[in-house]
Amino acid sequence: TARECGQLVFLEGLKSAVDVFFRPQEEPHPLQFLREANSGNLQPLYEFVQEALKPMDSGEAAWRCPVLLVDDLSVLLSLGVGAVAVLDFIHYCRATVCREWKGNVVALVHDSGDAEDEENDILLNGLGHQSHLILRAEGLATGFCKDVHGQLRILWRRPSEPTAQRDRSLTYQYKIQDKNVSFFAKGMSPAVL
Amino acid sequence: RHVRQRLRRSGGLARPLAPPTDNCPNGSSRPSHDSVEWEGRSLLKALIKKSALCGEQVHILGCEVSEEEFREGFDSNINSRLVYHDLFRDPLNWSETGETLPGGPLEALRALCRRTHPGPVTIALDSLSWLLLHLPCTTLCQTLHTLSHQDSCRGDSSPGEQVHVLGLLHEELHGPGPLGVLSSLAQTEVTLSGALGQASAHILYRRPQQRPTHQTQWFSILPDFSLELQGGPPLEPQPYPDPRVPSMDPTTHLTFNLRLSKKEREAKDSLTLPFQFSSEKQQALLCPGLGQATSHIFYEPDAYDDLDQEDPDDDLDV
Repeated sequence: TARECGQLVFLEGLKSAVDVFFRPQEEPHPLQFLREANSGNLQPLYEFVQEALKPMDSGEAAWRCPVLLVDDLSVLLSLGVGAVAVLDFIHYCRATVCREWKGNVVALVHDSGDAEDEENDILLNGLGHQSHLILRAEGLATGFCKDVHGQLRILWRRPSEPTAQRDRSLTYQYKIQDKNVSFFAKGMSPAVL
Repeated sequence: RHVRQRLRRSGGLARPLAPPTDNCPNGSSRPSHDSVEWEGRSLLKALIKKSALCGEQVHILGCEVSEEEFREGFDSNINSRLVYHDLFRDPLNWSETGETLPGGPLEALRALCRRTHPGPVTIALDSLSWLLLHLPCTTLCQTLHTLSHQDSCRGDSSPGEQVHVLGLLHEELHGPGPLGVLSSLAQTEVTLSGALGQASAHILYRRPQQRPTHQTQWFSILPDFSLELQGGPPLEPQPYPDPRVPSMDPTTHLTFNLRLSKKEREAKDSLTLPFQFSSEKQQALLCPGLGQATSHIFYEPDAYDDLDQEDPDDDLDV
């Protein structure tokens, strides 16, 4: 229903990627970069975001602050887009969605971990530097567990807020359920107590 | 994990980090290295505030944050001395509205070289990383060199006409080559890291014909971007209650009993343990009471048994 009344705009990357090859080349498409030989830029994708989220000025009650969810940026790297191009795309999304429309941008990037992926590291760190809040989800250091699926580390990077140093970072553990996630402090899983 | 931040800065400015001597020639620069965990923008803003309070005009080439966000935390006195060149809103001219700075980032940087305002000035680059990712390294370095040496070109350099260049660099985004080159252009490098929630700056000063000196300074930045220097590294933090989270009693909702009632405690105390050797037990073992069945061993030797009545230990000389 949210989709029907225009509250949710969903760009399904996989489907859309197939579409781009069956359209005349002159028509602009958000995933235009797939047709280009070199890494290109993500300006068409940004223009799609801009068009989809811009507040309506027709006089009726517009939705409040827009939220852009990007799932996920590492896929764009695999499709041949350079790390700097992805960072530029997020930069523009921030400039428009956050600064102009007072909204929020949430983006997902995968950490390549031990596999040395220079482009992914630039994307990961670059995105970290652009962010006000970083959520790192990782597995437990001790291995797999049935009742605790992982650990979430929250890092605040907003220096202008007068928070004490110790509030900069928090760690929680979590368990993923059917349509929900439950969080608890480290070592305080209900299964353990 | 150590994260580093580098600030580039030219000499002559009253440094909040108080170096031993301050005879830096005009046009030196100082990069500040930061990381995701130990961000450097606060330090950059603190240094900008110091420059502004000294009466300098400060030009900021802002690529990473909006002007509103950058000016946040500064009072109006400081803000009036800051000139923000906005490369954040539309650096690559995607909007084609004509609002973007003409010529893109390189032209914007070169324009700073051609300033005509007299008096000492500080130029802050937020950030060098953004410029390095979007411009060729050689071009950037040449422009930076021009930027910090513009006064010597003019020929009328007086001690007061100094240009200080401050640059913010995110160390993890670049390889050793560009980092090394920028490092060689700089007179002072500040690398940020920290421990136990406290930030520290490792400062490297390079002066001509002198050996480079190192200094580590622990510091914190107050909400109004004043710099507070700390004496030494932080001690182990005392555990103090977190006011936001109500303290939860972990002993509630347990599946077992942690406490004993009085009766249970008495029963527990009066229980004799099975292997505890008390005097009563000793007596019971030594003198089997009447009616107590004694145990017998019944042994039926078969054909292969060799019954020897002799004591096998007889031949021992013990």
